[in-house]
Amino acid sequence: MDKIPILKIGHFLMVAIQVDLYDRLALNLEADLVQAVSKTGAKGVLIDISSVSIVDSFMGRILGNIAGMSKVLDADTVIVGMQPAVAITLVELGLPLRGVQTALNVEKGMELLQKKIKIIDEEEAFDDDSTLQ
Amino acid sequence: MVVFRNRLKEFAIKIGMGLVNQTKLITAASELSRNMLRYAGGGVVLIEIINGQRQNGLRLTFTDTGPGIPDIKEAMKDGYSTGKSLGLGLPGAKRLVSDFEIQSTVGKGTTITITKWKNG
Repeated sequence: MDKIPILKIGHFLMVAIQVDLYDRLALNLEADLVQAVSKTGAKGVLIDISSVSIVDSFMGRILGNIAGMSKVLDADTVIVGMQPAVAITLVELGLPLRGVQTALNVEKGMELLQKKIKIIDEEEAFDDDSTLQ
Repeated sequence: MVVFRNRLKEFAIKIGMGLVNQTKLITAASELSRNMLRYAGGGVVLIEIINGQRQNGLRLTFTDTGPGIPDIKEAMKDGYSTGKSLGLGLPGAKRLVSDFEIQSTVGKGTTITITKWKNG
């Protein structure tokens, strides 16, 4: 059985989808990722789909599910590296990818997630200050 | 599904279809074949290379002997689904191809024919 590896990098989880997903593999990824977020307490999930040539409504739903479930577990999801042809197709298909953030590439996606964490850290630091006074 | 998509891609490359149109066609075909698997328990897809007046294209015919669609007009609306999906399959697929024809008889099955021109 194929499995898509989930890597932990600092506060984030990273997944690079290198194959065209069949349905079972996509469903397994969804379950594994949500498990991993819960287990590691990750604050962000980065999914690289630069090697994925087809995103249909099923795959789109899985991506939306991952983002939604992770959000409930306090982690943000960023999808990176979407091929231009896939973006054109998704819009014409009418798939909104609601609640899913996107970035051009892994680097920009990381920056986006790091900014979010920073904001959270600063807020927490601020809260600590106020309790001291 | 993956095998079928790869096969379709070979045909699309053979007639020199551009990447965007390839992606649109394969995505549409993916939606329709998923419908067949989910609602009709499978079916047959015929892939044909067709010669138009100005350009070549691919025509796919999806035939199943499933329950059929009682109200095609309703099924072609965005967001309509009898299953748990997003209800984008049929209307979305139609938007992605050059020509879309659907025939369905309740109790007998459904035939959907889509055509995608090389440059259109």
